[in-house]
Amino acid sequence: MDVVKAVLEKHQKELDKYKPITVEKHLECRIDVGTLLITDPNDLDDRQLADNKEEYLSALTRDNTQLLVNAIWELQTERVDESIVAKLPEPTTVLPRLRKPPGPRPLTKWEKFAKEKGITKKKKDKKTYDDVLDKWVPTYGFKRAEAEKDKEWVLEVPQNADPNTDMFQKKIDLRNEKVAKNEIQRMKNIVRAKKIEMPRSGYLGPEAASSNQLLTAVTVAKSSTASVGKFQSKLPKEKEARGLGVKELIPGGKRKASHISAQPEREANLDLIKSVLNKKPKLDVEKAISLQKQDERMEREADSANKPAKKGGKKGKGSRKAVGKKPKGHQGQRAPGKKGQAGRKRR
Amino acid sequence: MSLLRIRKPKTRKGKKVLLAREPQLIESARTMLFVDGRKCGGNVKLCMKDLQQLKKPLVKVLNRKNDITPFDDPSSLEFLTMKNDAALFTFGSTSKKRPDNIIIGRIFENEVLDMFELGIKRYQSISEFKNEKIGACVKPCLVFNGPKWAQTEELRRLRNYFIDMFQREKVESIRLQGIEHVLSFTVTDDMSILMRSYKILLKKSGQKTPRIELEEIGPSADFSIRRTKIASDDLYKLARKQPKQLRVTKKKNISTDALGNTKGRVHLGKQQTGSIQTRRVKALKKSPEEKRADRQKKKVALKAAAVEALSTAD
Repeated sequence: MDVVKAVLEKHQKELDKYKPITVEKHLECRIDVGTLLITDPNDLDDRQLADNKEEYLSALTRDNTQLLVNAIWELQTERVDESIVAKLPEPTTVLPRLRKPPGPRPLTKWEKFAKEKGITKKKKDKKTYDDVLDKWVPTYGFKRAEAEKDKEWVLEVPQNADPNTDMFQKKIDLRNEKVAKNEIQRMKNIVRAKKIEMPRSGYLGPEAASSNQLLTAVTVAKSSTASVGKFQSKLPKEKEARGLGVKELIPGGKRKASHISAQPEREANLDLIKSVLNKKPKLDVEKAISLQKQDERMEREADSANKPAKKGGKKGKGSRKAVGKKPKGHQGQRAPGKKGQAGRKRR
Repeated sequence: MSLLRIRKPKTRKGKKVLLAREPQLIESARTMLFVDGRKCGGNVKLCMKDLQQLKKPLVKVLNRKNDITPFDDPSSLEFLTMKNDAALFTFGSTSKKRPDNIIIGRIFENEVLDMFELGIKRYQSISEFKNEKIGACVKPCLVFNGPKWAQTEELRRLRNYFIDMFQREKVESIRLQGIEHVLSFTVTDDMSILMRSYKILLKKSGQKTPRIELEEIGPSADFSIRRTKIASDDLYKLARKQPKQLRVTKKKNISTDALGNTKGRVHLGKQQTGSIQTRRVKALKKSPEEKRADRQKKKVALKAAAVEALSTAD
């Protein structure tokens, strides 16, 4: 027994040489080893804090750090490259994130529709056999355009089109139009995904919108009538918005494949010059007749207004006034070449 | 590619940058943006320099003066953090009304989440302490002293902010010799925050765990809290929401006993004793009589089948 006692005493003496690693605390400290964090809820010593602040703070921090280090040294350790590494547990302190956690991708309009209808994407073959070229041709991607160029080196101008139409340009325009449409649909999908109300033309308000956007908004607004803006009045020098994607915004507007008019440029210019140089008043016989008739009618009406009104006029059928004779069949003058004159005026 | 990006990237690098700015499941370490105000000098500049040194390399420093008042209109500050992809910011300024002013804050979804305005009452920079410093990129231990830290919501948020600011990266393991820096934050009764920074010296204790001694290396600062803007509880809760995929789900039928052995319970279906393959034993073999009977049976069956086939053919 003496041996044991002696060993224990020796150990105790050895320990006394060093300063202790234990720390006494009134309240228990909260330690989060995962973030190397310790929170000490014990009251501060006000007198010491006032008298010798730095020493007090240093001592306080030392004690708390000792507690933390004690906790760390209790963790499982392993040897990595000649240094001892402790495995830290998951931190218990929850910190805010920079962004929301990523959610599922919102479906596009088509994807939603396809899901409802159960439409699945059919996989196309990478290459298809082309009878005309007599070889295998890529359906998409690398060298597809080249193959198409080989195939469509000549294009037929349809019977009803202007013979001078550039069908190749037309094709390019059609493609550009499609790209623009796609872009707009992509934007719309974004708007839908963000769940914000947006005007169709993307009008951003007078402060934010550029002049082009404003012009587009005006054009779209004007053409948003039942008759696609055909009867809207115009300012003297008003321009219409042009460019890719404008037509797509106009509801019900027909999509023209090409912005090049059917008339070639030279011809159109010649027409313009001709109309300026040969400035003769155009004689529209029908219009002249109708104007004449209108004048006559006005005169007649003015005469009848001057005459004293008959008392006790016709009673009964509303306020409709019968002016002139009752129309009879087979007696009127015919206007040859003018349609839609016969019979009741249809509204 | 995400649907919610309006402008399509033109280059591969641009695409990478934009993808990095999208919501991530596991977010990278939080960088801090340093912005100067209209006037920014003296202690404020010193403090910002020291913070940059502590936070390196997770810093972005803007050196121009900015006419920003974050508490009145944080939009331009939000823009700057968005552009620099920073989660935290420090804004330093000094004026007659608020001398030595430092605004620290953090961002959630490109908007300011929390913002704290601290006035520097006393400052001693790192360079004023003439002693050996610690290495770069050391994960510091954080010590919060004082009962006040848990008492008001503002201080709780500020404590959370300080943890966010100084904890650097989340690590799975740490080298024991690499624990060499401690930052202490003490809140006193007059609501001033005393920030101290010490180097940890590991001394022998005669045991496995070392005895700790501290040596002040700076910066050392006394802050007073001026204005604060903290997020509403709902927003704060939303910001701290962790993604579902990262939540640890408990695995069924697996347990660990006291000795650290993992035990699993396995469920087997019903045994099919009929079709089971057993050992071949002579006793279970068929006897010659049984074999003969089997052969006889087969013969009879064959004959019957032949008769039937003949009758149908007729």
